[in-house]
Amino acid sequence: MRGVQQTVLYEEAMDHDFLDEVYGIPGGEKIKDCIQCGTCSGSCPVSWAMEESPRQVFAMIRAGMRDRVLDSLTIWTCASCYQCAERCPQEIKITDIMYMLKRMAIREDRKRSRSARALSGCFVGVVNKYGRNRETELMVRFALSTDPLGSIALAPIGYSLFSRGRLPLTGGSVRDIQGLRKIIAKAQQLGGE
Amino acid sequence: MRYAYYPGCSVDATARHYGESIHAVAESLGVELAEVDDWNCCGATAYMNVNEVLSFCLSARNLAIVAGKGNGKELVTPCNACFTNLRKTEAYLSQFPDIKDKVTRALAEGGMKYDGGVTTKHFLQVLVEDVGLDRIKAGIKRPLTGLRVAPYYGCQIVRPYGINDNPDNPVMMDKLLETLGATPTYYPMKVMCCGGSLMGTREEVAIRLCRNLLLCAQQDKADCIAVACPLCQTNLDAYQATVNRTYGTDFNIPIIYFTQLVGLALGLKADALGIQRCIVPAAQIAARYAQEVQR
Repeated sequence: MRGVQQTVLYEEAMDHDFLDEVYGIPGGEKIKDCIQCGTCSGSCPVSWAMEESPRQVFAMIRAGMRDRVLDSLTIWTCASCYQCAERCPQEIKITDIMYMLKRMAIREDRKRSRSARALSGCFVGVVNKYGRNRETELMVRFALSTDPLGSIALAPIGYSLFSRGRLPLTGGSVRDIQGLRKIIAKAQQLGGE
Repeated sequence: MRYAYYPGCSVDATARHYGESIHAVAESLGVELAEVDDWNCCGATAYMNVNEVLSFCLSARNLAIVAGKGNGKELVTPCNACFTNLRKTEAYLSQFPDIKDKVTRALAEGGMKYDGGVTTKHFLQVLVEDVGLDRIKAGIKRPLTGLRVAPYYGCQIVRPYGINDNPDNPVMMDKLLETLGATPTYYPMKVMCCGGSLMGTREEVAIRLCRNLLLCAQQDKADCIAVACPLCQTNLDAYQATVNRTYGTDFNIPIIYFTQLVGLALGLKADALGIQRCIVPAAQIAARYAQEVQR
């Protein structure tokens, strides 16, 4: 008779710190109400591009599977369209929980977070500098920080936008940038991330 | 009719024609838009990936500026993402005292304060609910008769913090298009996501979503797709050639802001509405209705 392969995760393997963190965000406690109905997965426009569906991720969260969740492609495939949150019969803030998982993965430097982290990092860099997102500068910064050679393929798109006046070389700035930076600095301190 | 106007960053760049058509249409319909003084970026989806409190602070600063002005507490924005962030911030500040406390303390560092009271609307709501379809109808100079338009709302506009309409089958834009004399096509993907910023991080996923949106429009013979969000417009317009290359399709569907269609029907000049800024050419559609007037 063959040996029994363990496919069940025993309670001892749960990462309780992970659970505490997830339940600790505003609305996070509601994860306990998940009934595993799959409405989120059925509604998600990009679940076909994920390895685990949103419903599976929620089961994994509740099983305390920190690594599996934070290394999952699912969180980086979420486009923040809120369809799941709109339809969830238990009113779980699914999209906001996905945001939180992204923040945790970025903080822990998980490998699959790199591209999204680069985009977020460039975005934050541009906004902290001007107070506004200068799209042209964002696109250039992002291309240079990820794949400078590969982004040559984007040149025709850039040109088609530029030639129609849709990629200006300058842009608006916040006048009271010092005040805004003070707010940002304090928020960063209070946000703890 | 006066509103504080929050254009959002895209209107300065990729969505310049959205801004141009909004101003032209607002002026024509007697809607006064006073740009929020010294507004900052709403943080889009990127800031949420970094720091939630900070993301709320960005929108709260804009709300604080509007509240501090004292003349009108109605804020209008044309971007689905800005709209969602502003409304979401309002909701979180009233639901979660801990968030409100942190945001209040951070704003104070910059000498600002926000205690609620601003109502944020999407420009689509302003046209349909405030100006009203009757008034728009009265201003129409060249009805868009025979123009088949796929009404594409985008995702966030109808989601938890969104407009007061059916989240699965909103009809606000459909009604507006009918008022203009156009024919809204059957567009079951009207609230399906375009991929948003996945176009930067997982392009193949966003390209497929855009392909599905274009295919769905083609299936009911739409002449163009009407949009209400800068990111939807740019993804479907600037990347339509990429979709065609990837899937061997030959889509040639103009992606037109609903405000541009309103402007055409009101008899405004195509240039003033930024029609020439569409990458998939929309000039023929504009010309069709200009000529009908001359006949």
